[in-house]
Amino acid sequence: MTKKEDNGISVNLISRQKLGQLSSDEKLKFILNEVKKGKILVLEYGLTPMEQTSLIESTMREIEHDTFIGVEMEGYGEDRPTFVQKIFGIIKKPRITLIGPANLLKTIRKDSNIIQTKIIPGKGS
Amino acid sequence: MGLFRRGNLSSILQRIFGKKHARIGVYGPPNVGKTTLANRILRDWTGDIMGSVSEIPHETRRAKWKKDVKVENGNSSLFMDIVDTPGIATKVDFKDFMNTYGLSRDEAKRRAKEATEGVIESIRWLEDIDGVLLVMDSTQDPFTQVNVTILGNLEARNLPVLVAANKIDMENSSPATLKSAFPQHPVVPISALTGYNADNLYSIMVKHFSKKRRRKKRR
Repeated sequence: MTKKEDNGISVNLISRQKLGQLSSDEKLKFILNEVKKGKILVLEYGLTPMEQTSLIESTMREIEHDTFIGVEMEGYGEDRPTFVQKIFGIIKKPRITLIGPANLLKTIRKDSNIIQTKIIPGKGS
Repeated sequence: MGLFRRGNLSSILQRIFGKKHARIGVYGPPNVGKTTLANRILRDWTGDIMGSVSEIPHETRRAKWKKDVKVENGNSSLFMDIVDTPGIATKVDFKDFMNTYGLSRDEAKRRAKEATEGVIESIRWLEDIDGVLLVMDSTQDPFTQVNVTILGNLEARNLPVLVAANKIDMENSSPATLKSAFPQHPVVPISALTGYNADNLYSIMVKHFSKKRRRKKRR
């Protein structure tokens, strides 16, 4: 854990450029490291379903009973390309994703338009 | 003339174009009724059961499977290896087992540890299956990240998915919500507990999982 600068909770917006520079493995390592430090991340350009699955797998390996119980992750599925986009070879793109430590971030409600979450105060960095 | 009756025709088409054997994974988040459904399928077609069920999440912590389960649909049939997988979750907190279900600290920690290993095993099994029976609780919000992640993963692999909208025996169930949430996949309302609509599920399983598809290789 990094030292706490204050009692607040860090919510970091990670740009698509930052994530775009990283390989899948580097991306997952970066996310998990940040989340384990108690940070909440908003990824402008989310993870692919395969990366999300890998993140779950990595998270399970990192769980420690008293310090890290896993992640809360919410986002929407990939954008579906239109017929015209398919013709021009435009592939599906992952959309914005919110990831944080499960002891700090709790999803209240999610539907096709809104993801409502709650930050549990008193934890994190 | 009888040769071209609907049942015979589908049987002939399956013999020519369809699969005769498929390995089907029963997937979903914890406590949606995966093992209850696997037990239902096995009981109906083999007289056997897959494993124990419990209201405590992560009861199934190792994948279990039964080979060569013959499921029939009229004149067609499909041999399936049914794989009952541990529930997939993004978090496992041993305190939940203590506070909500009254397990001792040691018991809760052991269960949590095994549950994390179970999630990894479930994900690993995705490499070795031909289709997925994705079980969802029709009394719950369908847009959970686990549902969205599993579905996205299966779509990326081009694996056939059949959504079993379970627990329709419950008063507050809403299988219609699941149907509208995932229109790109067949959604079959079912009660694994009572067996309600199981025949329809079997019929759609045979049709859906018999289709040949080219599986995409993904990392």
